Amino acid sequence: MDRVDGVDPVDQRRDDDGHPFLRVEGLGKRFGGIQAVADVSLDLARGELLGIIGPNGSGKTTLVNLISGFVRPSAGEVRFRGRRIDRMPPHRIVRLGIARTFQMVRPFYELPAYKNMIIPLFSPRVRGLVGGKYGDRDAVALDLLEEVGFERDAFVAYKPAGALPQGYLKRLELAKAMALEPELLILDELFSGLSLAEVASIVPIIEKLRQGGMTLIMIEHRLRELFRIADRVVVLNHGRKIADGPPAAVMEMDAVKSAYLGAAAETAETSDPETEAP
Amino acid sequence: MTERRRERIDRGIKKRSEDVFALASWREMLYLAGPRLLPVALVLFLPPLLSPYWQKVMLSVGVFGLLAVSWDLLAQAGMISLGQALFFGMGAYGAGLLDRYLGMPPFLSLPIAAVLGGLVSTLLLLPVLRLRGIYFSMVTLILPLMLVRVIEATKIFGGTEGLSGLTPWPSVWVEMYLILGALLAALFGFRRMLAADYGLVLKGIRDNDRSVTSAGINIYVYKAQALFIAAAVGGFAGAFMTHVYLFVGMPVFALDYSILPIAAAVVGGPGGLAGATLGAAILVPLSEALRGFGGLRIVFYGVFLVVFIVAVPEGIFSFVRRKYHQFERWVEVD
Repeated sequence: MDRVDGVDPVDQRRDDDGHPFLRVEGLGKRFGGIQAVADVSLDLARGELLGIIGPNGSGKTTLVNLISGFVRPSAGEVRFRGRRIDRMPPHRIVRLGIARTFQMVRPFYELPAYKNMIIPLFSPRVRGLVGGKYGDRDAVALDLLEEVGFERDAFVAYKPAGALPQGYLKRLELAKAMALEPELLILDELFSGLSLAEVASIVPIIEKLRQGGMTLIMIEHRLRELFRIADRVVVLNHGRKIADGPPAAVMEMDAVKSAYLGAAAETAETSDPETEAP
Repeated sequence: MTERRRERIDRGIKKRSEDVFALASWREMLYLAGPRLLPVALVLFLPPLLSPYWQKVMLSVGVFGLLAVSWDLLAQAGMISLGQALFFGMGAYGAGLLDRYLGMPPFLSLPIAAVLGGLVSTLLLLPVLRLRGIYFSMVTLILPLMLVRVIEATKIFGGTEGLSGLTPWPSVWVEMYLILGALLAALFGFRRMLAADYGLVLKGIRDNDRSVTSAGINIYVYKAQALFIAAAVGGFAGAFMTHVYLFVGMPVFALDYSILPIAAAVVGGPGGLAGATLGAAILVPLSEALRGFGGLRIVFYGVFLVVFIVAVPEGIFSFVRRKYHQFERWVEVD
């Protein structure tokens, strides 16, 4: 990702003073009468790929919204490299180096795909590096889009975003987040709505990002694909963390099975009631 | 059975004049420059040909054109203002006060009142910048109506009497070319601004503010800036009018100044400021031309508004632009 001449902004601030890269402690969010996230704690090391899974409505997206500042927590705290970020507005958190994608992609449909990159490249975090000149900036945008699989020869990047299929829209969303040169990249259901082939073509992009030292959090429903690339998986159910560990181990846990398969699993497998999810 | 549908094709000259080769031919250069030179030519040469009465109408076109441009600018950033009168009134009272209490000449009070009016309006609306859609609009609608009552009740700034006997502009021609020049400057200047990255960020806030926020951009800073620019443009119009009427009073917060700019932008076609300007240039003279109908004037005016909106929903400017760039033909489809 050394598209920009000069100092890599990430390298300049690599010293973490022994603080964990990301630490979430006792995080909770209540919307009226609904406890969306309750007492979630987790640590994330630099370079790790953490998957967050859980049934629908288990609080995955709320957790991401809490970390990225779009929602204020009602309890607990979030520290990014030792610095409390849970009271910061979202744009300040982005400037610290946490970029995210959204589950619902809503690009500027009438603009060509590469023009959609202007706003992230206009971000105070990277504006100085990219330069204001149209030629330079458009070249950076096209390079980024090529990185996420917009075939340059086919001029896909020049098509209006509204004319692109879902797979390309998701890639565009990924490229927009990558344009911010983040240190932590949070992908909210990047694979949802994509075919197996499309997912298979995005996985190498994520693996390449990891090789570059990127730390990632991925929310996914596509467990098979996620487990192939994740180092660690956190399982949420009713807003609580019910499991945390390597993918294979997590899926063997009874609490996870019953959370995913519900009462049917409990009666069918008649597992020990003591270990059921709360 | 075959059906027919209308096909729209870009004119050859449009394609030819899209790149640098347009400079090789007078026709293509004229094609590009014509629509931009036309309003400039009208502003320069039309006023001396008009009777004094229609010259006053031209002034109104300039004032309402500025208010419509200001409205369209705000709309681009996702803020639908129902209270252009707030900006207009702030500028108008600003100029009146600077003239009355500090004895400032009009050429000084005009820019200062525009900036001050812009600042005060922005500060007043700052607390509701987080509101979206109709909630923001309602507050803009209410504020000028409230201010009228405040002035009436507290009797500040001349109370219901207003401030009269203010300094006029040196001549009618200064007056005329000042306001029309300002309108053209605002039209072309802010069109340029909207086409640049800055404008894209504003439109981004309108279409998807979360996406702009997640680029590390503070949307409230941009919204406040857009609000200030629009309010200063409206304030400029107000301050200008103060030195035309030589009077400022409660009517400057009247609903007319809020509603007519919106009608102009909608009839002309919102989006690129040109539509708003064209709308004002049509509606203001139309309203004057209908004076012969006496009491039924507003009825006919309303009928015209409805006809415009129903017949050309995209806006007159968008319609004319489409006809300019494209031709249509009927093709048969199976």
